[in-house]
Amino acid sequence: MTTTETLTTIDLDAAYRESNVQQLLDELDRELIGLTPVKTRIREIASLLLVARLREQMGLSTEPPTLHMSFTGQPGTGKTSVAMRMAKILHHLGYVRKGHMVVATRDDLVGQYVGHTAPKTKEMLKKATGGVLFIDEAYYLYRPENERDYGQEAIEMLLQAMENQRGDLVVILAGYKDRMATFFQANPGFHSRIAHHIDFPDYTLEELMQIAEMMVFQQNYAFDAASRQAFHEYLALRMMQPHFSNARSVRNALDRIKLRQANRLVRAGGAVSKAELMRIDAADVRQSRVFQGGIDQPAG
Amino acid sequence: MRITQGTFSFLPDFTDEEIKAQIQYCLDNGWPISIEYTDDPHPRNTYWEMWGLPMFDIRDAVAIMQEVTACRRAFPEHYIRVNGYDRSLGRATTALSFIVNRPTVEPEFELQRQEFADRQVKYTLQVRR
Repeated sequence: MTTTETLTTIDLDAAYRESNVQQLLDELDRELIGLTPVKTRIREIASLLLVARLREQMGLSTEPPTLHMSFTGQPGTGKTSVAMRMAKILHHLGYVRKGHMVVATRDDLVGQYVGHTAPKTKEMLKKATGGVLFIDEAYYLYRPENERDYGQEAIEMLLQAMENQRGDLVVILAGYKDRMATFFQANPGFHSRIAHHIDFPDYTLEELMQIAEMMVFQQNYAFDAASRQAFHEYLALRMMQPHFSNARSVRNALDRIKLRQANRLVRAGGAVSKAELMRIDAADVRQSRVFQGGIDQPAG
Repeated sequence: MRITQGTFSFLPDFTDEEIKAQIQYCLDNGWPISIEYTDDPHPRNTYWEMWGLPMFDIRDAVAIMQEVTACRRAFPEHYIRVNGYDRSLGRATTALSFIVNRPTVEPEFELQRQEFADRQVKYTLQVRR
């Protein structure tokens, strides 16, 4: 690089445009409802990487930033979706070479017998090289109640890879907040090697409603005023009940509603218009068990 | 005698960067890579030892280079080759195979003649160690 010496200013805006990262961030904003703290943090990371790259161009030596992350949050708060977008953003900013995401759970990393764990973990690490290794429910790796558990071996290999292959691989751990806290307490090495602990907040009722609207729209269905109101009430009730898992519950509810809608149309028979094929009726929503006292009640 | 086998065999030995670039080319084409080694480079010896299983589902050449390095560390005085296999219908063959490691002293070959019935002669190559 001959220009390094002469370069004293760099157009930040041009570099930003060039990286296409704005497009990805916009996509993130558009497709993911709520999650403000998560989006803020992702923006910060994007800026950090951009500046790091510019610094490098100016000949300022910087250690590559550590980007291992932990995503904590209730089920259905979008941890996997965000991780997938994160991989793309890191790729566009040139931090990882390939930008793919490999999802691993305990089964993929930990072996069944002595000497089985290391090759398995190594295999996953190799697959994820150049991209993101997403470890879902990472706390299952560590089983304190069984001292002969092979999880510890996998943890040690992961830690080593996170330290030595920082430029090749980004590890994202995900799981429920309280259990991840215990996990980090038991494995302080993990906690210190992870720079970004991002907590995914629960969605509010209004955000869930927006998510539902978006899902319905993407699947070419439509609420009418009555069914929208019914679904709103449904969500408000459902949130109080056990096993509520945010966006995932919304998706499941919509799947059941589609089922009832289809059933209603078939039973009515005759000619149906396109609008009628798309429309979700209030009755489709109100048949849910949630309105009859909860999902623990027998189906009515 | 310098052994020439496989792709690029008449070029000078590749640097690690060049090996990595070739491997990345294979991966970008969707060819899984396998690594093999042998101490017997006779042209008739097609069955080299496998260094682990062929590596599927890998996107980045760095991961393969780690294996190449590990294999070199274990067998510094062996021949090591990298194969890319193209499974696509109509091809289904090794698409590219090149040597990435050779011993400091390479073996010599000598031509042996064998007298046969009716003054026929059979020829064979033998490694001289």
